[in-house]
Amino acid sequence: MSAPGAPGAFRTAAAKALKDPELRANFRRAMDGLMTKRAAMFADPAEWRDLRALGATIRQRAIANLPELLERLEEKCTGNGVQVRWAETTEEANAVVLEILRRHGATRVVKGKSMVSEEMHLNDFLEKHGIESLESDLGEYIIQLDGETPSHIIMPAIHKNRQQIARLFGRKIREARYTEDVDELTRIARRVLRRKFFEAEAGISGVNFAVAETGTLCLVENEGNGRMSTHVPPVHIALMGIEKVVERLEDVPPLYSLLTRSATGQAITTYFNMITGPRGPGEKDGPREVHLVILDNGRSRIFSDRELSATLRCIRCGACMNHCPVYTRVGGHAYDAVYPGPIGKILTPQTEGLGRRHDLAHASSLCGACGEVCPVGIPIAELLVRLRREAVRGDRSSAVLGAGEARSRLESLAWAAWAAAHRSPSLYRLMGLAATRLSRLLPARLPVLSRWTSVRETPRPARRTLHELVEREGVDNA
Amino acid sequence: MPDAAREGILARLRAAPRSEAPAADFAVMARKAWPGPERYPRLKRLMEAVQTEFLETTGEDWPRAIRDFLKSEGLSTLLYGPDTAAGKRLAESWPPGAGPKLVPYDRPVEECKSRLFHEVDAGFTTTRGGIAETGGVILWPSPEEPRLLSLVPPVHLALLETDAIHDTFFEVLRSEDWAGAMPPNALLISGPSKTADIEQTLAYGVHGPKRLVVVAVRGES
Repeated sequence: MSAPGAPGAFRTAAAKALKDPELRANFRRAMDGLMTKRAAMFADPAEWRDLRALGATIRQRAIANLPELLERLEEKCTGNGVQVRWAETTEEANAVVLEILRRHGATRVVKGKSMVSEEMHLNDFLEKHGIESLESDLGEYIIQLDGETPSHIIMPAIHKNRQQIARLFGRKIREARYTEDVDELTRIARRVLRRKFFEAEAGISGVNFAVAETGTLCLVENEGNGRMSTHVPPVHIALMGIEKVVERLEDVPPLYSLLTRSATGQAITTYFNMITGPRGPGEKDGPREVHLVILDNGRSRIFSDRELSATLRCIRCGACMNHCPVYTRVGGHAYDAVYPGPIGKILTPQTEGLGRRHDLAHASSLCGACGEVCPVGIPIAELLVRLRREAVRGDRSSAVLGAGEARSRLESLAWAAWAAAHRSPSLYRLMGLAATRLSRLLPARLPVLSRWTSVRETPRPARRTLHELVEREGVDNA
Repeated sequence: MPDAAREGILARLRAAPRSEAPAADFAVMARKAWPGPERYPRLKRLMEAVQTEFLETTGEDWPRAIRDFLKSEGLSTLLYGPDTAAGKRLAESWPPGAGPKLVPYDRPVEECKSRLFHEVDAGFTTTRGGIAETGGVILWPSPEEPRLLSLVPPVHLALLETDAIHDTFFEVLRSEDWAGAMPPNALLISGPSKTADIEQTLAYGVHGPKRLVVVAVRGES
């Protein structure tokens, strides 16, 4: 296996995943189910069109006013008694979380689902500092038990089937007897995690929407583990990327509706949890302290490019991966990135650098299904093409991290030759002649060409060029 | 370090070229409305589809309906907020002696956490109303009705006046001007706790309540 994130790693990992029938069946089944459920939710095309346009404009407005909204959010949160901290990097964010936990002497932490915490590799970091950080979302709990990372941003354990989970529980949970019954597996997890919620000295969560107008942190969930993590322990730490802010409270219902319908085909989740402050005067429960950590981690760089800043509109519904023919076949782990699938293909190269991750921008057939289902209208395919171009740029004018680092001498030379051939009539004719007369002699197994021809038919140019054909018809071609 | 991070992030954001913010058209949100009499049946149908149970009763009878339910389900303790009007009604009409017991949530969680987690069978809360579009009830936990009442006990009974069902979340949020008065915690709840994390198979009662029972008090409409 290639080193994580090494150039070309996706190709190797994808090839391996494609040969795993169990993995492919697990993804195929899940993605088919999710697509069907989503389609049923948006049966009215006019409503889908209007709601999506609204969602897109709300997110565009939020991104257009990002610095002002973040300041307003901070001011409102602070006024509500929520303590706000900022972090440029994941290292800084980890340090902030550790400092808060240490101040409270917390050694047992329960976590609700948070993709930002995955960016931070927070669990590993806390474990190294002697703090147990337990994932409580059932899917996250399952993969944490197995030492894995999420393969999907909404359904983190979707790569596993019930037999695999049954074996895992039997191996890792002392009180569990082997069962493949989903209700029974769920009951086992409930028993273990109830104890953990009871004991935890702090809870950590993500944020789905942060409302600047009111300083409200919105959390979307079905299990109740998010509420357990944010309401039971005496300290709650919420983690968000800078792009998670929305301007007004009334922006929330349309986004929430788009999110749940796109993600899992639900009209509404079991719980929509709006947290505006810690335990208030006279309240008998709720955390005594709420902290909000606002993380950049490369987002402000994305923000600085007018076209690419559309990446920041994302509300993390996962519909793009559910509909991606590449993702469905290779699964989430092949991307070796926190965010797999189409959104990851545009996000990861921008945050980790095109030099290391430009292969992700190529891990697409540009079929455009992702952009079609995106509830906030991110033109993912267009951005993929833009990133492919940025990766091989010859000048230094780009703000994209690692721009030009994927430029290869061979490829540049080939394109220079191509351009030259099209500028010179005689060279162009020669190229036409070579293609029509000689290409049949080309062996398909040639080193560079075989990467194409090993999985596709060898292109066979016609025997005569178009020029020759029209000339034969008596058209003056000069 | 944190202040430097704040300044650094904001400075970069301010320095970047800005895109135009398009105007948002909320008309699609306002299009969804149901005549008053259709709201409750709709809410009920949608919430039953995710295993919410309904006790249909009257303004007169609901405390007895709750008690009968607890008895028939073999639930022996009901946690409630004693200082709400509904809590007082419940306590006044609760007969002493044998049968299900009322347990007041009347002290900070630190003093009753073990009992809350291990000795309570059900929790009772009021609601601020419901949402017809998607199904769901609205809760604003308060000093009188703490947050964990609707979360930790295995069964959650939620009192809903069917007259207080709104068309949409968007509509209630606007008409009641939530933005001007957000409490520390506000919730929408549409059913018992559930998960589909194993093979997308629905399983109920994962971390929150295993059962949600809406005690529906029918209004005039």
